[in-house]
Amino acid sequence: MMDRVKNWFSSDSSRGLTLIGLPFGFSLLLLAAPMLLIFFLGFWTQDYLDLDRSFSLDNYIEAWSEPMYRDLMLRSLGISATVTLATVMLAYPMAYFISFHGGNRKALWLFLVTIPFWTSYLLRVFLWKVILGYNGVLNSALDWLGVIEEPLTFILYNANAVIITLTHAWAPFAILPIYVALEKIDRSYLEAAADLGDGPLKSFLRITLPLSMTGVVGAALIIFIPTIGDYVTPKLVGGKDGLMIANVIQVQFMKANNAPLGASLAVSAMGIVSMISLVFLALNRRWLRKRGS
Amino acid sequence: MNSNKNTLKVFAYSYLIFLYAPVLLLPIFAFNDSTIISFPLNSFTFEWFAGLTQETYLQESLKNSLFVAISTSILSTCLGILASRASARYEFFGKKSILSFLILPLFLPEIIIGVALLVVLMQLGLPLSLWTVILGHTLVCTPFSIAILNSAFANMDMSLEEASLDLGETRFGTFKRVILPMVSPGLISSLLICFTISLDEFIIAFFLTGTETTLPVYIWGQLRFPAKLPGVMALGFLMLLLSLVLLSLFEYFRRRMNRSAEDKTNVQFDNLFKT
Repeated sequence: MMDRVKNWFSSDSSRGLTLIGLPFGFSLLLLAAPMLLIFFLGFWTQDYLDLDRSFSLDNYIEAWSEPMYRDLMLRSLGISATVTLATVMLAYPMAYFISFHGGNRKALWLFLVTIPFWTSYLLRVFLWKVILGYNGVLNSALDWLGVIEEPLTFILYNANAVIITLTHAWAPFAILPIYVALEKIDRSYLEAAADLGDGPLKSFLRITLPLSMTGVVGAALIIFIPTIGDYVTPKLVGGKDGLMIANVIQVQFMKANNAPLGASLAVSAMGIVSMISLVFLALNRRWLRKRGS
Repeated sequence: MNSNKNTLKVFAYSYLIFLYAPVLLLPIFAFNDSTIISFPLNSFTFEWFAGLTQETYLQESLKNSLFVAISTSILSTCLGILASRASARYEFFGKKSILSFLILPLFLPEIIIGVALLVVLMQLGLPLSLWTVILGHTLVCTPFSIAILNSAFANMDMSLEEASLDLGETRFGTFKRVILPMVSPGLISSLLICFTISLDEFIIAFFLTGTETTLPVYIWGQLRFPAKLPGVMALGFLMLLLSLVLLSLFEYFRRRMNRSAEDKTNVQFDNLFKT
């Protein structure tokens, strides 16, 4: 018995668990516990300065029935979905270009693609305001070129501005995973397809795209889920019509001092986004299986 | 096929212009002698940079940010070392789920993390300070550290470790004298990336900061005052230069780390997106 205990302690299994114990404990304490608390907080009620800890569904009912919150939630989902789609559609050809035509400059291209994203996020968003504004860079340039008579106004202080800015902000998070997936594709499959008479489009649809879907799915999830909670972009460039759910969550926690309502909004947003992601994953799996057979 | 390649190339360059558009404006307005951030440009000036030296509040928040970023990078890298060493070297129960849990913050909106931590701290009655910001940042930076170090540990030749143990070195001695030196490029990469992320992180700091603010929180406050904007542009330009230096260092160490590895392309990002 003692031997067995001793053996286990010097085994790979225990060494691994001992090592990972600290980071795991840290995450349990600072991630799992806070998440659980937020979940419960939604069922409590703010009673001026005190918390009423008796179970109540009022916050959730308000979060789901109040038209303002419903509109914000739907708009946030719409913006997130559009941003995800636009970013992946733009990033795919870029990643494809780097992977298939990058030659010995692949590392340089990847470096170039990531550099802009290490500059201050706040300033990047603010500079989009400068670009898209009434007297902004884009309008000045278009006016100078004679393309427009009147400055374009549909590109700032609305959902479009939020979409443009976020599509820019999340680019590397789409380019990198898609690139990694494309790099892994065995090029001899493509040669075989060409030898057997498949044209470029056909071999792309039948080989490259299905094999790179893992990267596309990874990119979609890593963009879709966090963008729903973006606070800075809607606040700076969204105006009144471009506000998102994070802005109202922040108000509930800070100014309105109604943390339970804020928590129920946050939990609802995360729940909806997770459900959509799971459906998306399942659909993708089915599509890949159909391709495979 | 060739026309295909050229179309892609044109697209790639246009996309690059889109990606660089805001960044390129930064130096333009940082040196433009006008308080209004728009075209047409006026003459060239260093005034805004000189003005930065007068802002005591800015220097205070810069000091705070450096303290937060340095502490965060050290803490995240330590947690990253433990997690990625365990993941690269050992097999154990629940390995996959524990690792996915550790990189979960990467997939969560930062506002959710910020709000959740804020509620816990308030419930525990702990005061907000720079340390609460550090805890939040460490949570967000650790996944990046794990991703970078995972490839460093995985690329390491295990026979060297075995040789050291066979020759009578203790486990700890082997870790200190054999393993750590071999993964040191990865360690430096991890420190640099975590430092850069923490220095720029706004939302978590916004929620968890007490009376002492970090640099992004300071910038957020300044964005409301039009008169302060040129100074913010100058500050942003200096931060851009700092990021460029840090990233070039990161790239240098990443290449050194991968020189011995078979796969020379972005191994660490590969790890990041595997789950």
